[in-house]
Amino acid sequence: MISFIVRRFLLALATTWAISVMSFVIIQLPPGDFVDAYIARLSSTGSSVSMEEAQAMRNLYGLDQPYYVQYAKWIARVIVGDFGESMEWQRPVAEVLGDRLWITVVVSFAALLLTWALALPIGIYSAVRQYSFGDYAFTLIGFIGLAVPNFLLALILLYAAFRWFGLNVGGLFSAEYELAPWSWAKVGDLMWHLPLPALILALAGTAQLIRIMRANLLDELRRPYVVTARAKGLSESRVILKYPVRAALNPFASALAYLFPYLVSGSIIVSLVLSLPTVGPVLLRALIAQDMYLAGTIVLLLGVLTVIGTFISDLILMWIDPRIRHQVDA
Amino acid sequence: MTRIGRQWWRLFRRASQKGAEAEDRIAVATQLQLTWWRFRKHKLAVMSLFVVILFYLVAVFADFLAYADPEASDARRGYIPPQSIHWFDSDGSFRPYVHGLLGVRDLRTFKLVYRVDESRKVYIQFFAEGYPYYLFGLFPTNRHLLGFDNSKPENGLFLLGTDVQGRDVWSRLMVATRVSLSIGLAGVTISLFLGVLFGGISGLYGGIIDTAIQRMIEIVRSIPTIPLWMGLAAALPNTWSSAQVYFAITIIISLIGWTDLARVVRGRFLSLREEDFVVAAELMGASRMRIIFRHMLPSFMSHVIAAISLALPAMIISETALSFLGLGLRPPAISWGILLQDAQNIQTLAVAPWLLVAAVPVIIVILAFNFLGDGLRDAADPYG
Repeated sequence: MISFIVRRFLLALATTWAISVMSFVIIQLPPGDFVDAYIARLSSTGSSVSMEEAQAMRNLYGLDQPYYVQYAKWIARVIVGDFGESMEWQRPVAEVLGDRLWITVVVSFAALLLTWALALPIGIYSAVRQYSFGDYAFTLIGFIGLAVPNFLLALILLYAAFRWFGLNVGGLFSAEYELAPWSWAKVGDLMWHLPLPALILALAGTAQLIRIMRANLLDELRRPYVVTARAKGLSESRVILKYPVRAALNPFASALAYLFPYLVSGSIIVSLVLSLPTVGPVLLRALIAQDMYLAGTIVLLLGVLTVIGTFISDLILMWIDPRIRHQVDA
Repeated sequence: MTRIGRQWWRLFRRASQKGAEAEDRIAVATQLQLTWWRFRKHKLAVMSLFVVILFYLVAVFADFLAYADPEASDARRGYIPPQSIHWFDSDGSFRPYVHGLLGVRDLRTFKLVYRVDESRKVYIQFFAEGYPYYLFGLFPTNRHLLGFDNSKPENGLFLLGTDVQGRDVWSRLMVATRVSLSIGLAGVTISLFLGVLFGGISGLYGGIIDTAIQRMIEIVRSIPTIPLWMGLAAALPNTWSSAQVYFAITIIISLIGWTDLARVVRGRFLSLREEDFVVAAELMGASRMRIIFRHMLPSFMSHVIAAISLALPAMIISETALSFLGLGLRPPAISWGILLQDAQNIQTLAVAPWLLVAAVPVIIVILAFNFLGDGLRDAADPYG
């Protein structure tokens, strides 16, 4: 069990490192460096920067040194929480991001919970009542969930709500709370707006999980031990829930680990359509404006968040499934 | 024996003969035939196969199916709603036409709005002459499936309306189909190459190399894809031509897709390595290359094809998403994502909801590929 955790932890560290390198590559990729872009920006507003000043700035950020030195300097600053300065906003990156990072986490996590809450009962229902009307209905909804990319779904819902109900379903806060400081009322307002984006994000994953759950449970239900349990006179709910569902839960739980990166990534693009105050819109703006420190930091932080989320789902999987707990010790 | 009894006997003999023939056919059928027979039973998958073929035909004949130059813009013709086709002329003969349009200035908002001009008929011509293009990129021609008499400026054919710049949405949709579907194919080809390479090495050599490659795949899979793609795509220089951007985007979206294919290939290699026929070939002194390409590859080819048809829709979604964000292909390239970019916000959708039409082929093609992949996966192992 310990070796399983250690192995997973090492893998998480390796992933974090890989993500940090990729984020650094993204920062470095555009031609010219940060100072060139800065000078171009200043000269477009009329002021100019002398060669000496430019050189001083390059020294400050270590831009005249080889890449691995720059990477080491950057990562050393990042670890202590200094993400550098956003060029476009003229403010520290941490300040620009503010609450947005946490809202991204909240939206992704809500989608994850919703995926669980929907897929588990529906999956069980579809397997137990195979080929019933409900089974077909859920299969159909599931296929729609798989086939419609979430940003298109958001777009279609946005249009439908506007066209037939005259509503604007975008945003996560009502107008009066948008800029207000955090309070319980604001949290309540968030909870009121959260279900729709969470549902849009969760639909594709839910569809996939329902199919997995249904297939696994159908396999389990045909096993002799189920017949035995029924023959011994156990109640139907106990026959199904106590053993077959537990056995079928394992692939279900491991699917959650790869769902989390998917949800985080989906939240970025859905946020743009529904104008949610997550890091998504900031990332897009930063990329278009070539504000690479901001963009690189967001990619890095999202990656790290995902790694943490995946690690936690691994721990949950181990906790759920005794077979993993004991197997890995042997 | 009574007469009825004899008839029954004859019927029974014929039936058993037929059964034996069917068995003989199965015994001598090649794996490909078996797979095809199994696949045919999956009705939804067969239907999806036709849909996919239809879409690729549209892609091949995109310019022929378009009737207006997808780039020709005319600001005065912005946001014209789709016209409805009248199939029969007033005398009852089959002669499809659309009504002409009349631009009227709304006296309250001073915006140009289009009214249907019932008095004029614009007849649709078949195999008409239109803008010049190269069929299959080789043969210069100007024949199009549809056309109309465009000698008068107030005539127009807008089956799916126009966008803000007055470009015809139907014609753009046809050309976009070619770009979106081909980028999926190109991306899958690169993914396939990477997947077979890494999966094959992993499954063939095992040990430390296998572990290292498996860990690498796990790392790649746990990175959130869209932010990474966005970062890489945004870093492409502005000076690149749209062809260069096209290839770069293909490579970026295939960087993730190969992991699934690598897993399939590795799994097949591992399970086949122990099979009797592979051991037999080894004992008979066949070279490793011969074993892989002559014996192993044919028996997992169908699995790879199934994995490809499940990977393709993911590629198409990726391209659509990136272009939708404005980070993928760049105009003048036209893809489904670029068409959807015009329909990004609610203000535009309120004025021109028909711009959402590009979502329809995206959804249909993804569904079709998913059903097709399911059917192929079930049929992939005809001996099972």
